[in-house]
Amino acid sequence: MALYSEKVMDHFRNPRNVGVIENADGVGEVGNAKCGDIMRIYLKIDGDIISDVKFETFGCASAVASSSMATELIKGRPLSEAKALTNKAVAEALDGLPAYKMHCSVLAEEAILNAIGDYYTKHPEKADKSR
Amino acid sequence: MFIYADNAATTKMSAAAIAAMRPYIEDCWYNPSSLYSAGQRAKEAVETARAEVARCIGAEPREIIFTSGGSESDNQALLTAAEIGRKAGKRHIVSDAIEHHAVLHTLAKLEKDGFEVTYLPVGTDGVVRAAAVEAAIREDTCLVTVMYANNEIGTVQPIGEIGEICRRRGVLFHTDAVQAVGHVPVDVCADKVDMLSASAHKFRGPKGVGFLYVRRGVKPATLIEGGAQESGRRAGTENVAGIAATAAALKEAAANMAANAAKLTALRDRLIAGLAEIPHSALNGDAKRRLPSNVSFCFEGIEGESLLLMLDDMGICASSGSACTSGSLDPSHVLLAIGRVHDVAHGSLRLTLGEDATEEEVDYMISAVKEVVERLRGFSPVWRDLVSGKSEFIL
Repeated sequence: MALYSEKVMDHFRNPRNVGVIENADGVGEVGNAKCGDIMRIYLKIDGDIISDVKFETFGCASAVASSSMATELIKGRPLSEAKALTNKAVAEALDGLPAYKMHCSVLAEEAILNAIGDYYTKHPEKADKSR
Repeated sequence: MFIYADNAATTKMSAAAIAAMRPYIEDCWYNPSSLYSAGQRAKEAVETARAEVARCIGAEPREIIFTSGGSESDNQALLTAAEIGRKAGKRHIVSDAIEHHAVLHTLAKLEKDGFEVTYLPVGTDGVVRAAAVEAAIREDTCLVTVMYANNEIGTVQPIGEIGEICRRRGVLFHTDAVQAVGHVPVDVCADKVDMLSASAHKFRGPKGVGFLYVRRGVKPATLIEGGAQESGRRAGTENVAGIAATAAALKEAAANMAANAAKLTALRDRLIAGLAEIPHSALNGDAKRRLPSNVSFCFEGIEGESLLLMLDDMGICASSGSACTSGSLDPSHVLLAIGRVHDVAHGSLRLTLGEDATEEEVDYMISAVKEVVERLRGFSPVWRDLVSGKSEFIL
């Protein structure tokens, strides 16, 4: 029995959107090295659209795959959609995660929310508009 | 290439062990407790195996109890000492921070049952100090239990010195020798051990068989009731084929021990030297006082499970003490005990060589680990912060 789905392994072996965006419009980080997972998400925003997204992850295969899949799901999408992304959607897109690895998908959801929050902090006028 | 480098987890059964098993599966499959001669032949196989196993560790045959493996042996040893201690009004046990969970969890159970346990720290070298054992022994100490060699970092403990102290102080001494038996010389008399646990599948015997040595004069507590097998010390029809195979495997391991140890020590040191070239890495446990097969490293900025899965893709079977591989939030208690902080302990790798390992395999592993560590560091935010100076390197 395989530990992970083929999709998880694919995103782990060939992670999409890996890297850094210099002068990103929003950066979000969650987790800590103590518990073994850290995710950092970088966003480039054009108007209301996430025109580019990159990530860096320290963690297990499911953490890498969750961040990779999450970035795929929000790339080119409006901020409103990215804000609504749930960890469940990330896990489902990966054809499921083992129960004890579900927290990895939660980290991906939170990292994106943090990155969007960072963008609004830097651009309060957009935040007002979004409300 | 396919390289099995997880021999501390389990080993491939030897041809001798498989051959020793067959007759007791195919022909002489009778119950050793039966009176007819066919049954008695099976009984004879068990007793021949007992004598061989005893010989290999310097014990007498009647001092060997066959069990289901290392964990059962550890449980029985600790409960034996607890029962003896309880009768004598002694409820203190001395152990250490890097024991296997088969010992630690049994100790935790005994603590709930009114026993007090002193867990000695180990140095950053992963070695228990005999002097610390001596200092920890009290009037009410009923047991000292210190493992022979550690399963994660391979450090070999000063068992002879500790045995000497325990014998002098009149305290029972148990050692979990699961990683040592068949790999380094073990002699229960020279080491002054009262109880010793071993597991067959760690020395190329079958899974599901182990043994407990209990020195004559020490009455073992029973974990399993229901029959007079093993002289009433462990009920249940004997695993005749497994027991015969255990003896065959141990006999071979003992005969080849010196040659295997010399060969593996050289390969181990080559592997250690190669991996040490990776920047911000460190060997876990003392470099010399360790099992000939064990290589354990921490690499800063990466996580162990990812490392293992990428190595698996390259045909290498390895192990790690990271939280993700342990199924808990904390990394290995052994790595934490030798002073590795969480961030570093998550990036651990254990490679344990088998006796058929080659230089070519070692060199392949070195290049594979280098490649994977670099790849993982390439997208690690922890590594980025270290390199940019935002946080400080530990290793």
